[in-house]
Amino acid sequence: MIDFLTQFGFFTTFACFLGGAAIALAYGAWGADHESWILSHFFALSGCVVGLLFAGTVLFSSGPLSVHLPITLGIGPDILTFHIDNLAAFFLAAISVVGIAASLFGIGYGKHFLGTYRLGGFGFFYNVFLASMVVVVTAGNGFLFLLAWEAMAIASYFLVIFERREAKNISAGMLYLLISQLGAGFLFAAFLILFRYTGSWDFEAIRLGAAGIPLIAQNIILALALIGFSSKAGVIPLHIWLPEAHPAAPSHVSALMSGVMIKTAIFMLIRFFIDFFPGAGLSWGLIIIALAAVSCLLGVLYALSEHDIKRLLAFHSVENIGIILLGLGASISFFSLGYNVLATLALVAALYHTINHALFKALLFLSAGSVVAATRTRNMEEYGGLIKIMPYTAFFFLIGAIAISGLPPFNGFVSEWMTFQSLFAGIMMLPVIAKIVFLIGASSLAFTGGLAAACFVKAFGAIFLARPRHEHRGAHESSFLGLVGMGLLALLCAVFGIAAGAIAPVVARVAESLSIIPIEIPAAPLQALGGTSIAMPSVALVAMIGIALTGAVVWIVAGRRKIVVSRTWDCGAPLTPRMEITATGFSRSIIMVFRGLLRPSVQTDVEFHDSQTRYFTKRKEVQLSLTDMYYAYLYRPAITLVEHSSRHARRIQTGNLSTYLLYMFLTTITLLFWALR
Amino acid sequence: METVFYTLQWIAVPLLSPGVLGLIRKIKAYMQGRRGASIVQPYRDLAKLFKKDEVVSPDNSWIFSAAPYIVFGTTLALAGSVPLVAAFPFAPTGDILIFVYLLAAGTFFLALAGMDTGGGFGGFGSSREMMIAALSEGGLILALVAASFLAGANNLAIMPDALSAIPLSELLPLFLAAGAFFISLLSENARYPVDNPATHLELTMVHEAMILEYSGPKLALMEWAASNKLLIFIAVFVNIFFPWGLASSLAPAALSLALGIFLLKACAAAFAIAFIESTMAKFRIFRVPDLLFTSFVLSAIAILLIVL
Repeated sequence: MIDFLTQFGFFTTFACFLGGAAIALAYGAWGADHESWILSHFFALSGCVVGLLFAGTVLFSSGPLSVHLPITLGIGPDILTFHIDNLAAFFLAAISVVGIAASLFGIGYGKHFLGTYRLGGFGFFYNVFLASMVVVVTAGNGFLFLLAWEAMAIASYFLVIFERREAKNISAGMLYLLISQLGAGFLFAAFLILFRYTGSWDFEAIRLGAAGIPLIAQNIILALALIGFSSKAGVIPLHIWLPEAHPAAPSHVSALMSGVMIKTAIFMLIRFFIDFFPGAGLSWGLIIIALAAVSCLLGVLYALSEHDIKRLLAFHSVENIGIILLGLGASISFFSLGYNVLATLALVAALYHTINHALFKALLFLSAGSVVAATRTRNMEEYGGLIKIMPYTAFFFLIGAIAISGLPPFNGFVSEWMTFQSLFAGIMMLPVIAKIVFLIGASSLAFTGGLAAACFVKAFGAIFLARPRHEHRGAHESSFLGLVGMGLLALLCAVFGIAAGAIAPVVARVAESLSIIPIEIPAAPLQALGGTSIAMPSVALVAMIGIALTGAVVWIVAGRRKIVVSRTWDCGAPLTPRMEITATGFSRSIIMVFRGLLRPSVQTDVEFHDSQTRYFTKRKEVQLSLTDMYYAYLYRPAITLVEHSSRHARRIQTGNLSTYLLYMFLTTITLLFWALR
Repeated sequence: METVFYTLQWIAVPLLSPGVLGLIRKIKAYMQGRRGASIVQPYRDLAKLFKKDEVVSPDNSWIFSAAPYIVFGTTLALAGSVPLVAAFPFAPTGDILIFVYLLAAGTFFLALAGMDTGGGFGGFGSSREMMIAALSEGGLILALVAASFLAGANNLAIMPDALSAIPLSELLPLFLAAGAFFISLLSENARYPVDNPATHLELTMVHEAMILEYSGPKLALMEWAASNKLLIFIAVFVNIFFPWGLASSLAPAALSLALGIFLLKACAAAFAIAFIESTMAKFRIFRVPDLLFTSFVLSAIAILLIVL
């Protein structure tokens, strides 16, 4: 089995994806939309299962593998080289797990689109999207990487605009494509400069030649890479496409985009800052921590102000990318000062949070997707009481909410704990400037945890609890396969929390394989920092015992008390859903506390029964919205600048034939001069 | 022996905690010139509530029913790990971040339960509670981190020993952090000037608003869990930030001396809380963040004093 996987596993994965893509198109063209949808998702599912097995083989048994296809594509030799080291296998595993859950969920999700849209194209792009993500993390050279990176962007663009009859989705897709291409431009520049100095696209050659690159060029490459990858990861202020594109896509695609696609940028940041340029410099570590601190705090604050469930989750991706980057920045800082053990542990924190975020964010997007499918709206103010209609979905959402809020014993807590420990170690040991930056990072993380909990109390409360605010006619529980997908992710959230002691060493091996200087792997990373340790199983056990004991004692003491069912008391007024707190109302107080940062604007619209005396309100509408500062102060000026300069550039376009002939003449002369010089 | 003691703390904290509440109320009554109810009144209240029937709304879900057990259970899970009279290395939930986040897990469910009944009060209580909890978390974590930097350990059960060995002249950062922690203590436990534990006036209540729909045994659990939490915070406050007087051995004489000292320190903390409640007005809700940011800044200064 293992022999088969090491030899053919990689190709089988691709064969599944390509087969899925081809079959989707074939059935789609033939008009069998439903079959096309189901088969393409089934093929994607099998591809992910094989991918997961293959990643497991690389991680646990065979070690790094290289795959080479002697196909030139007419570009040059050695283009189709893949190199699957531990880091690539780790990300491949993350992509596969989320891919499995998303495809399971997707199989049952197709009937919502049946008859509305042609489904063949969707299955095609879905499989291409998965395949290109796999290539992105396994590519062995820059050329293939850029090719796959672009394919990933374009395939996901078509998935984002799948529901193309809503104009908003088209503009969301356009914004996403623009930012993607802008970021890709920086990456092309980075790789071209790398090629200029190392003479090779190959990652291995780049790794060997990187030390010889002059320092200024190194910093330029790193700056370009940081900007390019930040735009994909959604680091503030390049995050603006996330809250537009994630809601537009069908939910299992959002799960993939938010769960794993933006993580490929993290993967490449690790490649650049730790693999290619180890010890990139303390200042790069500190810059990343500062960016991360801003991203996680502002990300969660923007999430709080949202009442569109999928936009809310998208902003939480911004927040969690910030948390991952806190660990990564700490790791870079430690590496550059030679604290290799600490650096590895900080990298473990970043990697662990990467997989954790993939798990719980995918879980939240899938469960939000079933809510959206059941109620046909993304507006949280119209939900309420859904826990009675969709109990399983509610339970899974709750687990995702607890995990993302960083509460023990689930997985979010473990990686936040590790990140905290890395930051604390930095505050204790690094030079003064670094201490202060690390302290800012730790403070930001401390507030982020609490605010995320507040945000998910709001989200869970508004969606699932109390009475429905609208009649949800035809609302129903998610499909069985959808529940299986969510259940799988929820289970993994628990396992990655409680069994952290067993999983962290595996992650540590991934991190350790990247460090140039061999270091001792600490037996259990959960115990390694400053001699502190936590044992998640006993934390979980103690909490369970506490809850069970309470239940048992109360049952013995007061188990036979009568329970009377009676309406909630509301001062005698007739009880309507309007008395429940709204999602907007819930977060208003926190938004008001941070009004200097968020610039909220409140618009009140009141209609009175008695327009003269104005005592009795008939209808009141309050709109709480935030100024989009990034658009107003960053993107709007940039757009104006581009438009303005285009208008000036337009003047050379006279429409007069002789002018064009003059241009041609001048160009020829210049070229001739240049060539014969 | 350690595990026996650990188990004993699981029993001791819930047994003592209503007494602390009674004591604070008694001190408050004296300061306001009243005789006040007996110190054991909270015990009577709990006993009465456990005997009563329950009324529940048809609108709520299992969250509402499960929350009291989860909230009480998390306080129990922490009860064994906080230092009361002696410090034990056996403290599975003694890590400072586990302390903070397990409490946050309790708050999470408390706030969900507040929203579950669909009444106007519960939702607003939850909203305010989550705002206060989110904003006090920064100060709470950093205050404990400051203490852990001084002690060189992250476990609440180990920290007092290490801290008490440090000469007094070097403990200024610890006292700054103590100030920060005390503010968090007041806000996390719904005391003045953040919340008024004695009111059921719709404009001012936070904690009481969330548990407004509870009755009978579940209300008793919620009230009891709140007093457990108060005692746990007081224990951490007096034993981490004033780390003297804990028993160094398990000899009966040393233990009883330590118990006496702990009760004295706890009474002093209770007096401080009662004093604040009798002499200060409750803050307007939007002035509370200023107080919580003060706590955050104090603890950040404490950390900088330690590491620079």
